[in-house]
Amino acid sequence: MVETRNSMAKKATKKRIKESFADRVFDVINTFLLSLALFIVLYPLIFVVSSSFSSSKAVISGEVWLWPVGWDLAGYEAVFNHKGIVYGFLNSFFYMVTGTLINVTLTIMAAYPLSRKDFLGRGLWMFVFVFTMMFSGGLIPYYLLVRDLGMLNTRWAMIIPNAMGIWNVILTRTFFQVTIPDELLEASQLDGCSDFRFVWSVVIPLSASIIAVNTLFYAVGHWNSFFDAMIFLREQRLYPLQIILRDILIQNDIEPSQLAMYDVRDAMAREALKVRLKYSLIVVASVPVLVIYPFVQQHFVKGIMIGSIKG
Amino acid sequence: MVNTNRKRGLSKGILDLKKCWQLYALFLLPLIYVIVFKYVPMYGAQIAFKDYKFTLGINASPWAGFKHFHRFFNSHEFWNLMSNTLGISIYNLVAGFPFPIILAILLNYARSDRFKKTVQMVTYAPYFISTVVMVSMVLQFLSPRVGIINVVREALGLERINFMGVPDYFKSIYVWSGIWQGTGYGAIVYLAALAGIDPSLHEAAIVDGANKVQRIRHIDIPGILPTAVILLILNTGQILNTGFEKILLMQNPMNMRTSEVIDTFVYQVGLASQTVNYSYPTAVGLFKSVVSLFLIIIVNKIAKRLGGSSLW
Repeated sequence: MVETRNSMAKKATKKRIKESFADRVFDVINTFLLSLALFIVLYPLIFVVSSSFSSSKAVISGEVWLWPVGWDLAGYEAVFNHKGIVYGFLNSFFYMVTGTLINVTLTIMAAYPLSRKDFLGRGLWMFVFVFTMMFSGGLIPYYLLVRDLGMLNTRWAMIIPNAMGIWNVILTRTFFQVTIPDELLEASQLDGCSDFRFVWSVVIPLSASIIAVNTLFYAVGHWNSFFDAMIFLREQRLYPLQIILRDILIQNDIEPSQLAMYDVRDAMAREALKVRLKYSLIVVASVPVLVIYPFVQQHFVKGIMIGSIKG
Repeated sequence: MVNTNRKRGLSKGILDLKKCWQLYALFLLPLIYVIVFKYVPMYGAQIAFKDYKFTLGINASPWAGFKHFHRFFNSHEFWNLMSNTLGISIYNLVAGFPFPIILAILLNYARSDRFKKTVQMVTYAPYFISTVVMVSMVLQFLSPRVGIINVVREALGLERINFMGVPDYFKSIYVWSGIWQGTGYGAIVYLAALAGIDPSLHEAAIVDGANKVQRIRHIDIPGILPTAVILLILNTGQILNTGFEKILLMQNPMNMRTSEVIDTFVYQVGLASQTVNYSYPTAVGLFKSVVSLFLIIIVNKIAKRLGGSSLW
């Protein structure tokens, strides 16, 4: 770069040619760096997937580099035969669907009034909402509240305490303010349209994209969350997938009986199966999100874009 | 629509309330949620100044003044927790900050649209990996026996290292795995800022014979600087809030010396230990919340003065 600039100064007349050379060099470096970024992100992901499909021996001895070595699905068999994992999957699915439904509904119910200029006390309520993003009572009072509400160790604890995200409300409110023209409201009101009806037949049909954004953010949040389940739930039958994952993947807590059916008697083979069970489990747990991700990617991007507009 | 006739005073307020009762009907449930799940815990945080007794509850437990705060400030944990929390946050802030900017600029100058889209999509994807899966991937890769890093090290003639057991590695593992996971996500806001730059600036620069590097230096970087400054300042306000869940999952008895931060400490003392002690961890948590609030307010003032943009 420095060299290019020096030569530019010297040969001012050949500016155009030199510059296009500089830009060509830049393009090469740019493509290289982007490819590097692509590789750095992609490699661990490919490695995990390949390891999950490889034989135990290959995984443990480090033979797997890029593609699966010694095709073997025992890891996946172990995953799908593991009762806790299957239940966890179903629980997570339930928490995700009900939780997201409530989330999206409440978010619209909060965001629409806040977006209306004639909503009495709008400034006050905005402050009441936004303040909670800057200050909180902390973990222990939150836990005591959920306990005093009698939600400990119930499915409610996974849904009600997280019924609405303040950030999502702000995001949705901004969207309403930007996209629903005041004239539309005035015209509807002249025609005697009530606020309920306006929300139902005008606002919601016009807000498909923000509803999609909210649905996706909430759904992913529910699917990936583990902390509330960890502090609020005690019984395995209620556990979402992430808790089961934590027990198996991080605390290394695999019941021997769960693997017994594979007749792996010696410790080495069991250890090997554990490792592959882990890789398979990582894949199975991440697939639901990563499979839909490419199709909905632009919605997430859009969400962040709206978020960066000041309301 | 909006009636701004001030003379009517109270009756006007009632009239307005009547007019927008349906809006309030919509708003009621979310408001109850916010009050119950956000403000009631703030009220409950008073147990930081009390000796919480299970049988007496929040209101009836006896007051204890600043006892728990004194205990925390004078405890041997205090400086360790503060230095770990600040150490991890600052490391994360400094190391993690440039990458999204660099990625966004590179993406902005990608040769083909398809390549750009591919790189953007792939780098964004790890953001959706759950904390549990992310940490377990890190543990698998760094495992002393079967982890690929150690397999490679052995192949190169180096000894195997139990990375997660070495306290000095904890911060780096936390920060760099976070950079791997978050750079693509972080780049989006900068891409938006880059897209917002007036294209006529670039056109004029091209006519004047500026090359791409010069355009980056003199158009793009100044163009995204306000966004970068605001984000940097806002992140500074969050400096006591570490990636609590991830740290909790990455902790083990061997790395506890460097991995215990305020948030995990509150959890360990308050909810994970056998002895029930709610007041002390609440005090520790409240200390953090109050300091954070002041930081956010100060930092926002600075942001407002610098660039005219702030959170509120």
